[in-house]
Amino acid sequence: MKQYLTFLKISIMRGIQYKIAAIAGIFTQFFFGLLFIMIFEAYYAYSTKTQPIELNQLIQMVWLQQSFLVFIMLWYRDTELYGMITSGNIAYELCRPTNLYHYWYSRLLGQRLAGAFLRCIPIIILASLVPEPYTLHLPADITTLLLFIITLLGALFLIVALSMLIYISIFYTLSPAGSFLMIAVIGEFFAGLTIPVPLMPKGLQTLCYILPFRYTADLPFRIYSGNISISDGLIGFCVQLLWLAILLVAGQLWMKKAITRVVVQGG
Amino acid sequence: MIEVKNINKSFKVSKRQAGVLASFKSLIHPKYEVIQALNDISFTIDQGEIVGYIGPNGAGKSTTIKIMSGILTPDSGSCQILNRTPWKQRVEHVKNIGVVFGQRSQLWWDIPVIDSFYLLKDIYKVEEETFQTTLQLLSDTLDIKKLLTIPVRQLSLGQRMRCEIAASLLHNPKILFLDEPTIGLDAVSKIAVRNFIKKLNQEMNTTVILTTHDMSDIEALANRIILIGKGQVLLDGSLKTIKEKYITHKTVTVDHYDKGITLEMKGVEVVSQTDGRLVLSVNIKMTKVSDLITYLAQHLEIADITVDDRSVDDIIVELYKEYSI
Repeated sequence: MKQYLTFLKISIMRGIQYKIAAIAGIFTQFFFGLLFIMIFEAYYAYSTKTQPIELNQLIQMVWLQQSFLVFIMLWYRDTELYGMITSGNIAYELCRPTNLYHYWYSRLLGQRLAGAFLRCIPIIILASLVPEPYTLHLPADITTLLLFIITLLGALFLIVALSMLIYISIFYTLSPAGSFLMIAVIGEFFAGLTIPVPLMPKGLQTLCYILPFRYTADLPFRIYSGNISISDGLIGFCVQLLWLAILLVAGQLWMKKAITRVVVQGG
Repeated sequence: MIEVKNINKSFKVSKRQAGVLASFKSLIHPKYEVIQALNDISFTIDQGEIVGYIGPNGAGKSTTIKIMSGILTPDSGSCQILNRTPWKQRVEHVKNIGVVFGQRSQLWWDIPVIDSFYLLKDIYKVEEETFQTTLQLLSDTLDIKKLLTIPVRQLSLGQRMRCEIAASLLHNPKILFLDEPTIGLDAVSKIAVRNFIKKLNQEMNTTVILTTHDMSDIEALANRIILIGKGQVLLDGSLKTIKEKYITHKTVTVDHYDKGITLEMKGVEVVSQTDGRLVLSVNIKMTKVSDLITYLAQHLEIADITVDDRSVDDIIVELYKEYSI
């Protein structure tokens, strides 16, 4: 266990080095947040029906999405990791007395933690300073906040488990582009990052609730915004844990299989 | 200690002709070819041996090393190292081995060397005290004390390679696999690395298996050679017997100030003759090199003279002919 904590630590240490990237990210995400809010505002202003989610709740979700983008984005990738597979440096990884799945998992976890750590606080501060009605507020009560934090952490573990599948697939495809593009686009859509899940048609919503992606972003953010009640949130949390367990087991089994057919590229 | 038996390994390689049309063709109907990298490889190695594992490019040297270090899984055959099968008990197995791939880096690119070392210490769960003594020993003998605080990306190849070797020894492995450890090193680093490997073998009784294209590495280190070609073991024996058998000729290159010379000596052949340079091949069973030099000195005004052994590649070429593969 200790060695995986070391991997986590080193990965965080390395991630924190990228200050300029973080600053650029903060402004980009803040800008995108404003943009999305404006689009939704226009949409709400011209729609005649009552929407299943209030604009204010949606604004909360947009800000959280932008703050924790590094937590929830499937396309956030580790070029070095898939470089190892395609260039053959995987050879060294395999002569370490470590479980490769656990090692890579802790590494990816550390990266996301570092990236989010640098970005989320400034964006949250900026977002709570913008004038009403676009402000990011604290959630309704402390229970909501706690449940939000727990499900957000669950989401982080889930997204890393999901992205591990993408990395393992590179053992077969040898090209990260395809794997990332496909899963990232599909995942992003079903996580409600393109269109918020409550605004989707009923059938699509059901599909979202079945697939794991929604539990990486939509769930914690809607708990925070108050769109999901505490009891629904708890049910969601259970589903999240279930998916996490499934993906962790599947990922480890797949990794085991992938390793036996590893080819060290480049001799 | 190491027992390799009937190992086979093949790779599927995609094949495509050059050109745009061929690209489209292979898009619809990709063609693959199966390449037999290792073909029924068997050998045993005892503790404390230094074995030179040699062969031409693409012979399967690295593949064998990778199988023995648990990275690759062979198609068939068995391998027992310290009573474990590397690819089946990988995590347990790799605790006992150190590996250096000359053309790759195991150090983390943008952090100082010492940080990588500490990370490896945690990975291999080395005790702090043992770690400090090993580190001290390694940094003294490999002369890397000054390099430890420099980020890896700013080291030269030779400096990095010495750090790489140190990195693979931090956990005191019983077996060391070196895949072209002297690739791209200058003379000083090469000798430092060789001396170090020798010392390690003598003092810690570490078993060393090294692949290289540098015959002088082998001459300096290995007491035994395993020669492979096209995936098969061609020869397994001491360097001395191989040399006696296969080095029958030496090449003598003479730079001189004369017009040229017509030579008539038994067992001496003119390889090439240009203005001021003469290259000869001497059959040492028929003529002594010293006799030839005496003769040349009498007949030519010599500027420089060099005598070369045949290279390991020459021997391999001849072995290929002999084994007709």
